[in-house]
Amino acid sequence: MNDKILYGYTGIFDTPDEIINAAEKVSDAGYKKYDINTPYPVHGMDGAMKLPPSKLGYAALVFGLTGTFAALAIMYFMSVLDYPIVIGGKPFFAFPAFVPIMFEVTVLSASIATVVTMIAFFFKFPNISHPLHGTNYMKKVSSDKYGVCLQSEDEKFTEDGAKELLASLNAKDITPIYFPDEVHEKQTVFEPKFISLLLFVAIITSGGTYFALNKLMFMLPFNWMMYQEKTVPQESSTIFADGFGMRPPVEGTISRGNMPYQFKDQPELAAMLLKNPLVPDEQTLATGKEKYDIYCSPCHGYFGEGDSRLRGQYPNPPSLHSEKSRTSSDGSIYHVISAGQNIMPSYSTQLTRQERWATVLYVRALQRSFNAKESDLE
Amino acid sequence: MSAVESNFEYVKKDLPASWNKLGLLLTGIGLLLVVVAFFVDHTRAAFNNLIMLMFLSSIGVGALFIIALEYLAGAVWSTPYRRIMEFLAATLLILPLVALPVYMNLHDLFHWTHEEAVQGDYILEAKTPYLNIPFFTIRVAAFFAVWIIFFFLLIRNSKKQDESKDQSLTTKNIRLSAIFMPFFAITLTFASIDWMMSLEPHWFSTIFGVYYFSGTVLAALAAGTYAIIVLNEKGYFQFKLVKDHFYSLGALMFAFINFWAYIAFSQFMLIWYANLPEETFWYLNKWEGSWMFVSIGLIFVHFVIPYFGLLSQPSKMNPKNLKFMSLWILFAHFYDLYWLIMPTYSADGIAFGWMELAFPIAGLGLLILIFSMRAKNQNLLPIGDPKLKRGLNFRL
Repeated sequence: MNDKILYGYTGIFDTPDEIINAAEKVSDAGYKKYDINTPYPVHGMDGAMKLPPSKLGYAALVFGLTGTFAALAIMYFMSVLDYPIVIGGKPFFAFPAFVPIMFEVTVLSASIATVVTMIAFFFKFPNISHPLHGTNYMKKVSSDKYGVCLQSEDEKFTEDGAKELLASLNAKDITPIYFPDEVHEKQTVFEPKFISLLLFVAIITSGGTYFALNKLMFMLPFNWMMYQEKTVPQESSTIFADGFGMRPPVEGTISRGNMPYQFKDQPELAAMLLKNPLVPDEQTLATGKEKYDIYCSPCHGYFGEGDSRLRGQYPNPPSLHSEKSRTSSDGSIYHVISAGQNIMPSYSTQLTRQERWATVLYVRALQRSFNAKESDLE
Repeated sequence: MSAVESNFEYVKKDLPASWNKLGLLLTGIGLLLVVVAFFVDHTRAAFNNLIMLMFLSSIGVGALFIIALEYLAGAVWSTPYRRIMEFLAATLLILPLVALPVYMNLHDLFHWTHEEAVQGDYILEAKTPYLNIPFFTIRVAAFFAVWIIFFFLLIRNSKKQDESKDQSLTTKNIRLSAIFMPFFAITLTFASIDWMMSLEPHWFSTIFGVYYFSGTVLAALAAGTYAIIVLNEKGYFQFKLVKDHFYSLGALMFAFINFWAYIAFSQFMLIWYANLPEETFWYLNKWEGSWMFVSIGLIFVHFVIPYFGLLSQPSKMNPKNLKFMSLWILFAHFYDLYWLIMPTYSADGIAFGWMELAFPIAGLGLLILIFSMRAKNQNLLPIGDPKLKRGLNFRL
């Protein structure tokens, strides 16, 4: 008499037809806890065993949908809320561009979640042992035989009943299977052998990835995409005499929509002839304030008092509230912005004409705020 | 489990005469209206005829493709109803007749046939070596010839097997199918380019052939599924198909719905992304006026509704649901072709009148007529096929 705990009784069959028949008979006999082991999926087995549809699909559905909406939410947050950049003239919420990513994340999260759910719930992670492992029965059914295993957990199970049932089905090699002697907890995934295998795989994968992305891409012929026979900005060139890769515009041409400033060395003429085309409405003043705060305030101060934030690295400019500034015409201020004055450079490349005029209006508003007229108080 | 016995004897049952009558009636009414249509407005009629031509080619070539696929894949589950696909593939025989009115009205359909329009148009001039009427005629004739020849070769062996029960005929058909596949891919791609893409000769899309292919297989599968379920309900197969057969048909349709959506979206997204005027205008035309609603509708008709209609496992096993979905998919394929072709005829908005109904009636009538005529002197089951018994006993 051995004191081992009985796991179940197994029987072997030779053909798929026999195993289908056996599965039908066993399920008809009222057994619930039994299993069929075959070397490949046998068609019609689910019906023969009267298995209900697997619940695993729901995990795939839930996690798949989670992936879809998580991808959408992440992209919405990144490209609409947090860091909106215009890419190729497309709207920030460029849905068609999101779809492939949503699709991929759906597939990825659904498949990973399915595998993880299967391992965690159906295989009872971290357990990796099974009484059938290493048995003669398992060796047979994983090569060319078909087996049935009646488990002792089943309510209907009795040793004699199981043997009788298997014999009535003409099963061969009817053998009992016992739980292994060792304590169960020892056989978990946290075994040094398995952990070192995981480590080995991790090192190979990450090392391979590192090699591919950081070394391989710089080797011939994989670097052909990176180094092409063309001149990129800031690069030198052997073709042109001056050695510059970037070329200045052809003489006498201007870039589209950009008229050169025509009163470059004629401040008096500018002050006399130029008129501000804008009216000081809310939007114009907002533009003016924005541009003033960016380009003018570092030297002139936020309120035009000449209190530079540059800590004396440049000589402080005069206040914009001086008599001279206040009485000069719009055209004259516009001229200073466009052409520069004394140490102040030209801002014509940073500011469009409209923006320059808007800045002029904002300067006027600043001046007015320091030297308000009586009528403004009414 | 009710396994079909090996000594199973097939007794041929004729299809009800009412099918033939219905086919004749629909064809008669349809053809009468079609003739009137050509007298009333031959341009519009030619466009509608083109839609019907593409629809019938879809079913014909698609069915032939499914037959060849079954041989190549060694599929067992579809063998019991391969004959249904063979009957549907017979549509190929009347395609040249359906194409004749289209061919006689090429000037109404294709901008590139007008010499004065081509002259001075740099792009069209560059395309003339391909887009000219003599070469077009040769190509179209070649497509029909290839399809019909392979149809006869495959069907002849299958028919012969009913009497001789010779297994080597299956091997022969596997070889023929392997030869047919590349021919099929090339002819179908170029047929879609010639008949449909060249309606807008300035436009091009390299995925267009695959797009039409996805719809083709879907239409043939849907037509076949409908016929199979109706015949099964009335007991013409002499055995009952089980849910495993229905599930396989439904799963294949479901896969091709997804495939269509994948291809359609890929085509749209690349054009949308690149935003090149020479490509985007094709989609913009389909966004003009009331076409916008047709375009939005296409997403729902061709993808969303059949997707959810066939998503769950029980829905694929339920023959009633499958019958409805297969009719729906046939409608969706027609809708797709309408969306592809009609915006060239009426650029500002939907054109839908009695003419758009006349051609589908005629097409449907022809389809039923051909089906019942083919079924008359052939067995409904390929009784000599060595895979038949396994197919009848097929379980998932």
